[in-house]
Amino acid sequence: MDYLYDAGIVLTVAVCTFLTRLFPFALFGRKKGTHTMVAYIGQILPSAVIAVLVVYCLKTIEITSLPAFAPQAIAIAVVAVLHVWKRNFLISIGAGTVCYMVMVQVVFR
Amino acid sequence: MKKLISFIFMRTLPVLFAFLFLGIAFGLLLQQAGYNAVWAFMISTFVYAGSMQFVLIPFLGTQASILTIILMTLSINCRHIFYGLSFIDKFKSLGKKYPYMIFSLTDETYSLLCSTKIPKELDEKKVFFGIALFTHIYWISGSVMGALLGELITFDTTGIEFAMTALFVVIFIEQWMSAKSHIPAAAGLICGTVSLLIFGPGRFILPALLAAVVIILACKNTIQGKEVRL
Repeated sequence: MDYLYDAGIVLTVAVCTFLTRLFPFALFGRKKGTHTMVAYIGQILPSAVIAVLVVYCLKTIEITSLPAFAPQAIAIAVVAVLHVWKRNFLISIGAGTVCYMVMVQVVFR
Repeated sequence: MKKLISFIFMRTLPVLFAFLFLGIAFGLLLQQAGYNAVWAFMISTFVYAGSMQFVLIPFLGTQASILTIILMTLSINCRHIFYGLSFIDKFKSLGKKYPYMIFSLTDETYSLLCSTKIPKELDEKKVFFGIALFTHIYWISGSVMGALLGELITFDTTGIEFAMTALFVVIFIEQWMSAKSHIPAAAGLICGTVSLLIFGPGRFILPALLAAVVIILACKNTIQGKEVRL
């Protein structure tokens, strides 16, 4: 194996990843005070991005058979109900994850 | 100081679980591909991008062209372009830590920074930097552990990656409950789902985010009107 070439691949991925994160700062960050339109998008966008990330986590879900989507559907319902009720991050995420693990390992094998 | 660290630790705890296990999975796969813990450490320290690192593994040892690697990285990570928009002024105020904050802006760090309400007695800049640093350390620790002793883990961890989904769902609910206008969140859900159906799981994020930005801009008056009235 050519480890030097592999190191080059890793370095390329590292640089490109950083560049995507740097992009908005390089584009809008140099002026003093952010443009009002950018400030507005920056303030409002997180709600939309989080929603897209939820979809991103569920992207491989199959609705064709019950065992394929039931574990995630049930676990998400558990997370949502617990969170609306208790509003405690750790309880909601911990119980939801354990519930999901039990379902994929035991119930819907 | 003690209060600051315990606040950051409690806020980042869900990511600790998720990153330890996803990191272990990454380290294990990397080790099986013939790359030891030093590689796991270097990749997780300097790349620090969850899904991209998993995609990277099969390319190691293949002499894939650098152009392919560049295009692949940009297409998978292009969603990050949108994350910085919310932190341009805030990160700048962090001075020397500004480049590190940009470097460490992963999906999870972004979500935590967006959703953390900082208590008055704590310094916002220190909390921001702490969240970024802690989550980075969790990720590095997980991947090194996976590469070193992944095979020794005997209990079945199948499904533990759901912690990430749960984290995003919880943050979504928090934002829904505190938001004055539900248009942005609804736009995200609808654009995400429609884009997924049209473009498929591999390529849906960028069109979804672009569409969400367009909707947010088109509904500017409605969204801002609510913020003023309430």
